Amino acid sequence: MILDISNLHVNVEDQPILKGVNLKINAGEIHAIMGRNGSGKSTLSKVIAGHPAYLVTSGSIKFNNQDLLSIEPEQRARSGVFLGFQYPIEIPGVSNLEFLRVATNSRRQERGEEELDTFEFEDLVNERLKIVQMNPTFLERSVNEGFSGGEKKRNEILQMALLEPTLAILDETDSGLDIDALRIVASGVKKLAKPNTATLLITHYQRLLNEITPDFVHVMSGGRILRTGGGELATKLEESGYDWLDNEQNIKEEEN
Amino acid sequence: MALCRQWLEALPRPEGVLEKIQRQGRKSLFYSGLPSSKIESWRLTDLKRLENLLKLSLSQETQNISQSNFFNLDKAANQGCRLILDPQLNLNESINLPSGFQKLNTTEIQQYLGRALNHFSSPNDWALAVNQASTNQILAFRVQGQDLPPLELIIPSQKDTLTPTRVIIILEEKVKLKLLQVALGAENSAQSHVLEIHLNKEAELDHGFVALGGGQASCLAHLAVAQEISSKYSLTAVQHGWMFSRLEPRIIQLNGQGSTNLKGLQISTGKQQLATHSLVRFEGPDGCLNQLQKAIANKSSHSIFNGLIEVPKIAQNTNASQLSRNLLLSRHARIDTKPELEIVADDVRCSHGATVSKLQEDELFYLRSRGIASSQATSLLLQGYCQEIIKDLPIEAQKWDILNTLIENINE
Repeated sequence: MILDISNLHVNVEDQPILKGVNLKINAGEIHAIMGRNGSGKSTLSKVIAGHPAYLVTSGSIKFNNQDLLSIEPEQRARSGVFLGFQYPIEIPGVSNLEFLRVATNSRRQERGEEELDTFEFEDLVNERLKIVQMNPTFLERSVNEGFSGGEKKRNEILQMALLEPTLAILDETDSGLDIDALRIVASGVKKLAKPNTATLLITHYQRLLNEITPDFVHVMSGGRILRTGGGELATKLEESGYDWLDNEQNIKEEEN
Repeated sequence: MALCRQWLEALPRPEGVLEKIQRQGRKSLFYSGLPSSKIESWRLTDLKRLENLLKLSLSQETQNISQSNFFNLDKAANQGCRLILDPQLNLNESINLPSGFQKLNTTEIQQYLGRALNHFSSPNDWALAVNQASTNQILAFRVQGQDLPPLELIIPSQKDTLTPTRVIIILEEKVKLKLLQVALGAENSAQSHVLEIHLNKEAELDHGFVALGGGQASCLAHLAVAQEISSKYSLTAVQHGWMFSRLEPRIIQLNGQGSTNLKGLQISTGKQQLATHSLVRFEGPDGCLNQLQKAIANKSSHSIFNGLIEVPKIAQNTNASQLSRNLLLSRHARIDTKPELEIVADDVRCSHGATVSKLQEDELFYLRSRGIASSQATSLLLQGYCQEIIKDLPIEAQKWDILNTLIENINE
């Protein structure tokens, strides 16, 4: 099993946001988490990646049977956890190419591979650029600075292609993309999914799931996973919205 | 007052081409003594550090420490011309200038000495008075022609010594020059540097001023720039590593239509105190100014910026912007920033702003989530922050590896 989340409770500034999340993901699986804004989807992704603003009050996260919560975010990344950001951060003055090289070498070092020098890395990055059909001029610019929404998302998938993660969590990677860009990004994600890796897609909408078929769909509401099903669950949400979940959530809260 | 007078008594008799300004500086210091914290421009200064400066010798016989152990100065200047202001030599005689550069004769020196400074004369220019009182060397030259080599001007420091240096540069009409100045400090040394620049009509000067200190070293630098019509002046200034440093750029656009770009970066750590006190005055219409001042303060250091812009009635249609952006890396560090606009003209566009913040947690997390260690992520973010200024230094600055020097020492 690649990811095993058990009874996870998380606070942000003393407010409980996640209230007992359970999730298991095996190698070779693609999972999708859907839900309204504020349901806790993005919080879950950031907690897995180790954002310091979130406080885990109880529960556990195991990654390849290793306790993820006890290690720093950089070590999680080196071990193979990747988070594609909903809003990739702009970092003025830091060259995108250099950033990608440093990040790639951190992961390579962890895997016992030799670090790549500037020239070797350029060869690798040029090859991986094809996966996201990204213009090489974006490598010369500062990290995400002045990139359009779509370019930022392609840059995220480029990072994923370079880091070759075991677990890729893509937080609303489809938001802000036109249909062509969505197809390019989705095809990149599909190419990078391997039998020994796992993918967790976080999304509002069915349209990403039309491009990437998930094995499991989870619906989050009020900081919990309320329902788990197959692709048909996403279709149902697309047709009937999220209102029907409210009743189920009320019942759960009454039970607790 | 007593310390100042004692220092004055130890100076040699006024003489030579600089005799007049030596007398002026001494008279000013004799009556004013050390600056008082009641004077606004000195209010935030640790005045004890000025006392330390006056306790240093003015001897010309000690060795240049920074030349041997601060940086490897043997590296040749790229395609340019490197001049070293060695106070043990007679600068105006010993330095050979390339074609297009012509030394001023004694009469011309007398004519230009203080001319740019006089536009700004202020009784509180203590840093200027110290230089006037003690300097006995001057390098003065005019520049004309085209395709001039970039000029690198290095100011070494001397052990336990206050080194005064004085330079006058005149750019004739339409001349374009790149000038990189590097002021070095180490151990217990001090620099007192005054530079006067005259930019004639349509002249362009791309000026880097990099002050790299170390140890207990101090630096006082006063730059006076007079811009004629349609001239362009770009200053990129970096201060780092000094226990005490104070940079005073003074720029005047004499008849309008000038363009001034000022970029400044000061990086302080330990107990250092670094300051920039800039003044830009528009004496004609249609002038423009872009100013960006940045600071990073770590440990218990103190960073100060005072930026005054004067737009009198004659300076209609002035377009000026000033921005001060600062990073506090420690809760014990302190940053004081004060933009000041004096606008009398009514048809102008002037803007200013100031921010003080910490490193952004989200930026750090983004880098860490890609496997980059916290310390390396911090270093990358700081490099990015500095790069916005450093990239505008003249190309000659590349071999000094300034960015790495700044970041390596920030935690000391």
